[in-house]
Amino acid sequence: MEKYILGQQLVNGIVLGCTYGLIAVGYTMVYGIIGMINFAHGEVYMIAAYLAAIIIAVLTFFGINSAFLSLILTLAGTIVITSVYGWTIEKVAYKPLRNSPRLAPLISAIGISLVLQNYVQINQGAGNQGIPAVVSGAIKIGGGSNFFQITYMQAIIILAAVASMAILSIIINKTSLGRACRATQQDPKMAAILGIDTDRIISTVFIIGASMAGVAGVLVTMNYGSFDFFVGFITGIKAFTAAVLGGIGSLAGAMLGGLLLGLSESLFSGYVNTDYKDVFAFSLLVLILIFRPSGLLGRPEVEKV
Amino acid sequence: MPERRFIRFAVLIAIFAVVIFTKDQAYAGDGEIRLGIAGPHTGAYAAFGKQLWRGSKQAAEDINKVGGINGKKIVLIKADDACEPKQAVSVANRLVDRDEVAAVVGHFCSSSTMPASEIYDDAGILMITPASTNPMVTDRNMPTIMRNCGRDDQQGVVAAEFVIKRLKAKNVVVLHDKDTYGRGLADAMKEQMNKLGTIEVLYEGLTRGEKDFNALVTKIKAKKADAVYFGGLHTEAGPLVRQMREQGLTAKFISGDGIVSNDFIRAAGGNKFVKGAYMTFGADPRKLDAGKAVVEEFRKSGYEPEGYTLYAYATVQIITEAMKATDSIDGEVLANWLKANTVKTVMGEKSWDKKGDLKVSDYVIYVWTGDGKYEEYK
Repeated sequence: MEKYILGQQLVNGIVLGCTYGLIAVGYTMVYGIIGMINFAHGEVYMIAAYLAAIIIAVLTFFGINSAFLSLILTLAGTIVITSVYGWTIEKVAYKPLRNSPRLAPLISAIGISLVLQNYVQINQGAGNQGIPAVVSGAIKIGGGSNFFQITYMQAIIILAAVASMAILSIIINKTSLGRACRATQQDPKMAAILGIDTDRIISTVFIIGASMAGVAGVLVTMNYGSFDFFVGFITGIKAFTAAVLGGIGSLAGAMLGGLLLGLSESLFSGYVNTDYKDVFAFSLLVLILIFRPSGLLGRPEVEKV
Repeated sequence: MPERRFIRFAVLIAIFAVVIFTKDQAYAGDGEIRLGIAGPHTGAYAAFGKQLWRGSKQAAEDINKVGGINGKKIVLIKADDACEPKQAVSVANRLVDRDEVAAVVGHFCSSSTMPASEIYDDAGILMITPASTNPMVTDRNMPTIMRNCGRDDQQGVVAAEFVIKRLKAKNVVVLHDKDTYGRGLADAMKEQMNKLGTIEVLYEGLTRGEKDFNALVTKIKAKKADAVYFGGLHTEAGPLVRQMREQGLTAKFISGDGIVSNDFIRAAGGNKFVKGAYMTFGADPRKLDAGKAVVEEFRKSGYEPEGYTLYAYATVQIITEAMKATDSIDGEVLANWLKANTVKTVMGEKSWDKKGDLKVSDYVIYVWTGDGKYEEYK
């Protein structure tokens, strides 16, 4: 019995960690390229949840009921629309403030986040929204009352996290787009002189970040089955914490931070006390930042001469 | 260009002046009585704010149609506290100082009602909450603070008796959402259960706003629970009960009046998850003869008067009756009159004790039937 409980808690923690990681990637990529935190990211995640529900409703209307097909179509549709959101956020809240003090775009991003939250609330209502289960069933390990399980939806979340991590790493490290990204990150002025359209690169990064929020929004919503206009807030904060924990700016760090946060929450909640799970998670964050100020995998900022 | 700047400044002042004066004019007007409707009109619990508003609005319209309060029309002023104590204090101050309301219907969440009530108490304004069930709301002996709903200690007692005597549960888990309401409810239930000789196997609080309670559910499973009592609201109760069922946990789920809303089904993501969930709530006001006509009226306009809608309606009626009888808007005069008299409302006849609590509480057990409705459990 004991080991099945432990197994279940590990599954809980890993799945939760993967959802944090998926969203944290968006924070970390944007921070990596412009050194600023996109506080509207959590709201893009929230909008993705609504989009998922709308697209699924449309698909059912057209009689598409296959789980695989509706999952793929929902993901594709959501990614396209959240990308537009990401692009717009950059154009509205960041581009005009590119050369202002760092606090200005931070505030404008918070503004965008409030606008999106209230816009959705007014348009879609304040109540909870449900979404039908697209994928159901679970893999059970063990038998009788002694078992632990991983639902297919949870498995999809883990797969999606691993896959998107791999794809993003390849884009950043192997493609010319990735090279341009890294150049822009290291020295935007020099990159521009060498012929890189840095504005376009920054837009692209926002689009990538937003599409990751889209993926997370769809999958997480399908997993929990419900959402409201406020889900972006807490999830955003947690994902942001995961990004900082892993070292903001580092892709692998975002995933590692997410997993660490998810596992520590689950295990602490499961074996010690649920009341203090956030206290524990954030104390852990403080401790890690004391010994590694730039996070687990973050590179310390080098003063450029 | 100092002149141009001066002109700009003058225009700005002019605009401000217009705004301020038009505002003042809108609020002047002697032939009306302003009531503050305070609750979560926005935020995560806005579904309850909607019930509060629809109920109050309908009541005010119906009363105004037949002459208002001694010839004065009721004007409602929406005050949004978003269920946040800090915001509750600031809207309470606004209602008292700027809007100069005669009485307040609200607030909704106990954690907001508590700090806000201190301001109404200072100002001597009558506040009747249609929903805050925490005992401390009236236990502080503030003369003008009353309620038109039950108390958590009554609600918790009913729930505990039900869990132990009817469900015959042995391993009971008690959870709450760490908020004034949820925790108060869970504590009241726990206390009564302990009195009946059953000690809970787990007592913990979860975080409001989160969606993932899988770790907690696994822990409940490890404790071999056969009943889970949750003090909190539907936003967390939904995902909690869903994850319990998803992990194959068949323990009974019992909660309080915080899940009285169809939003509970949506928060759980489907009827099949909430099927068989129990809750304590006042005897359904929609079924009383006194409110038949009003319920019909609501349904005609395409709105189902669920949850606290009729509570809010009745609260406006109560305030109206007191003002009619005393021809006063002094909080203490109104409160004293209410505590000495019986008022006919859409929810039947109501009367109060010295503290401002209802004399009769009518908590019963409901069960969600799995087809989008709940019915009394017999």
